[in-house]
Order: sequence, then C-alpha cells, then structure tokens
Amino acid sequence: MSSPVTPAAVGEVGEGFLKERSSDTLPCQATDALFCWDWAKENIDRYGTPTVQHLELVVISVALGFAVAFALALLAHRRRWLQPPLLAATGVLYTIPSIAFFFLLLPVTGRGRDTAIIALSAYTLQIIYRNTVIGLANVPGSVREAARGMGLTERQILWKVEVPLARPEIFAGLQIATVSTVAIATLAVFAGGGGLGTPIKAGIDFKTNIIIAGGIAILMAIAFGLALLAAQRFWTPWRRAETT
Amino acid sequence: MIATFLSLAPASIGGALEFIFTPQDSSVTGGKQVGGFDEVLELTLSQLELTLLALGLSLLVALPLGLYLGHRGSGELFAVVIGNVGRAIPELALIAFMAAAIGVGVLNLTIALAVLGIPPILANAFVGIHQVDRATVDAARGMGMTEFEILRKVEIPLAIPTLFAGLRGATIAIVATATIAPLAGVESLGDFILGENVYGSNGVLAGAIVVALLALTLEFAFAGLQRLLTSPGLKPRTT
Repeated sequence: MSSPVTPAAVGEVGEGFLKERSSDTLPCQATDALFCWDWAKENIDRYGTPTVQHLELVVISVALGFAVAFALALLAHRRRWLQPPLLAATGVLYTIPSIAFFFLLLPVTGRGRDTAIIALSAYTLQIIYRNTVIGLANVPGSVREAARGMGLTERQILWKVEVPLARPEIFAGLQIATVSTVAIATLAVFAGGGGLGTPIKAGIDFKTNIIIAGGIAILMAIAFGLALLAAQRFWTPWRRAETT
Repeated sequence: MIATFLSLAPASIGGALEFIFTPQDSSVTGGKQVGGFDEVLELTLSQLELTLLALGLSLLVALPLGLYLGHRGSGELFAVVIGNVGRAIPELALIAFMAAAIGVGVLNLTIALAVLGIPPILANAFVGIHQVDRATVDAARGMGMTEFEILRKVEIPLAIPTLFAGLRGATIAIVATATIAPLAGVESLGDFILGENVYGSNGVLAGAIVVALLALTLEFAFAGLQRLLTSPGLKPRTT
C-alpha cells in the first residue's frame, strides 16, 4: 500500500496541484515505476567504479582460490591419503555462507577488501580442487603408462600429460567458481569490500538502481562464463571434434 | 569518551560466546537487554524455518520437472541453461528487487529464496536421471516395469548422489541468503550480523558463528540423509 514518495515541491502549488502530484508529471524516480530510462541514462556513469571494484574482487579472489586449490589438488594427486581430509576441509569452507565468513574474519583482518577476497576465494576452493582432482584421476592409466614407456619422468607426465588431459574438468570448475563468485561478490559490501553491492545497498528500495547493478553483475557473470568456455575450447582442441 | 571506546571495542570469540548464552546490555535499546540464548535460538529457528520453507518450495517446483525431463531425455538445453543462469543470479540484487517490486514479508522472501534453490535442483535432477545407463533402463523396461517404476526403482536410486548434490547446493545458497532476510523485513540471524549498532560487535560475530554452524549442521544432516537413502548395493567402498 505504499504510495510513491512525493518531492516537496514539484511545479507550482495551485490549481494543477493534484495533477502535478500524479505520476504523469512526477520525475520517474519518485514514482513506483519498474525502470526509469531517463534516470538510468543520466546516472549510468555512477556504476563505473563499483563495476571495476567488482571485477577486481572477482579476478583476485578466483586467481587466489585457483592457485591454492590447484596446488592442493596436485599435492593430493601425489599423496592419495590427503584427499579425504582436503575434501572435507574445503567442503567446510564452501558451506560457510560468505556473509558469515566476512564477519568471522572481521576480528582477524578487519573491514575492507582483503576480508572480502579471503572469504570469496575460500568459497571457490572446493569447486576448483574437486574438479582438478577428478580431472587428474580421469586420465586413463594406459596413457600414463605410455608416457612412462616413452621415457617421461613423473614430473613430465604430470605437466605434459595429466594436467593437459584434465583441462576440461579444470576449466569447468573454474567456470562454475567464477560465475558463482561474480554473484556472491555483491555481498562483499557488507565486509566493506565495495563492488556492485554498494549501489544496491545504498538504494535498496529504488528498483531502477537494483536492476542496473544486478544487471551488470549478471552480464559480468555471463561474460566470464562465455570467456572461460571459449578458453576451454581453445585449450582442448581434441574435444572440439567430439562435442556437439 | 570511555563509553565510545567500549562500544567500538573489537569483537572477541569470548565476547561472542558470552553474547550467545547470556543477555547483554545495549547502548541503544533503552535498557532492554539483547542477545542471550533465547533470542539466539528464536532467530536461529526463524532462519531455519525460512530455509526449509524455501527449500520445500524449490523442491516442489524443480524436482518433478527435473525428474520428468531427465526420464524423457528431453529439454537438456533448458535444464542446463537454467542451472547455469541460476548460478549467475546475484543474491543481494534478487532479494532487494523482490522486496522493492512485490513487497517485504515472509511469503515474498520465501519465493525469492526458492528462486535460488530451483536451478541446482532442476539441473542436477535432469543430469542425474539422464546419465543413468540407458542399457539399465532398457533392462528394467524389458522386465515389465512401468515408466514410473523405472523412475522410482531404478533411475532415482542410481541418481541419488547427483540429486543430493543439487539439494545440498540449493540448501547452501538458501541458508546463506536467508541471512540477509532483514533487508526484506523478515527476522533471521542476519539481524545480529547487520545490526551492529544494536547488538555490538560481539553480537555481529556471534551471529556469524551461529549462521556458519547452522549451515554446517544442515550440510551434515543432508549428507547423513543421503547415506541413509543410498541403496546398500551402491554404497561406495572408498570415498
């Protein structure tokens, strides 16, 4: 039942007063409209900085998460007994809601972007770790033996045979992690980490604002998803012939 | 001066635990105490209720559709696209938009949260059923099972790990987002987390601890349920 907010003075107060107050003459942002094109056109540049911050949050968090998860996966690939505990540990980090994680970290790292990045990269660990381990495990034993027969060392087998063949799974994990991180990074504002959550939180009952900021986040997620898909296709040439 | 300093005192684990178990004085509630076990329990149950309601709604919508499409083997593109697009939905924008567009309240928030749960459940139900070996399904059909029996006795048991992966993914997303329920006018543990001026920094930390514990408890509960529902013949020998 909430009536649109009416600014104190719109035009002259007089005979046309009632008409002035109607939504025909009010500026769109003072009405209940779903999307105000004029406002959006004039204010779109306000979203530049939050978008760049958001991009930085995502890229740094995923890069950090990938570095850690990939290293853990290589370690677990060599020492099999590490797999269950590492899966459980990354699983716990994945399960803890990011927003709770931000505030759990506050006493340790304080407010700011670092806190947001730590929580966001912790969230990506499980997805990337699990996919990398599965990808490495899916390499057929015969391929490994052929490589050994050709005289490759263990290190060469890992980097020249196993990791390249695990690329489809690794890229799939990276894609899921990146797209999810773009969405979750909107919550980084609660940790003082900036990003597209900042305008959403600042104008939380202004639909145009939410649609613009949310729309940028969705477009960013789709762009990352498509870019990683393209990268996967480029780096797995043998799959291009098979897949539809 | 001293009072200001105290209210800005950094949170500590000890202080947060104290907040969970005993009511604390707050500087802005006019002498009314905040926190304590009763209030923590009340908000925890509120968040749990919200989570289960939304989860139930997303199951109701997504599970039958996913199972049906998976069994038919049609609509793969639809299921996969829904699954991928779902992951890209920014939680904060979704909650804020639903609150601004259709209003605040439990019902609207439940719908918004269910929107987050539908994609993983739908996509995993489709993939889980669809990837069941077609030879197995043909064998079941040859034994005279009806289509519904095939789904219930063959495909679903074989798809349990994938189905539960979707369910658990949905649960994590929903319980996490239920934390920002106060933005849509519904109480949850987010009241502590987002209400530092009322609950103090210890209250914020206490809220974060309880939210994390709630999410982990749900995860363990569903992992246990999955083990219970896994057919004895399919129990993995190694994990």
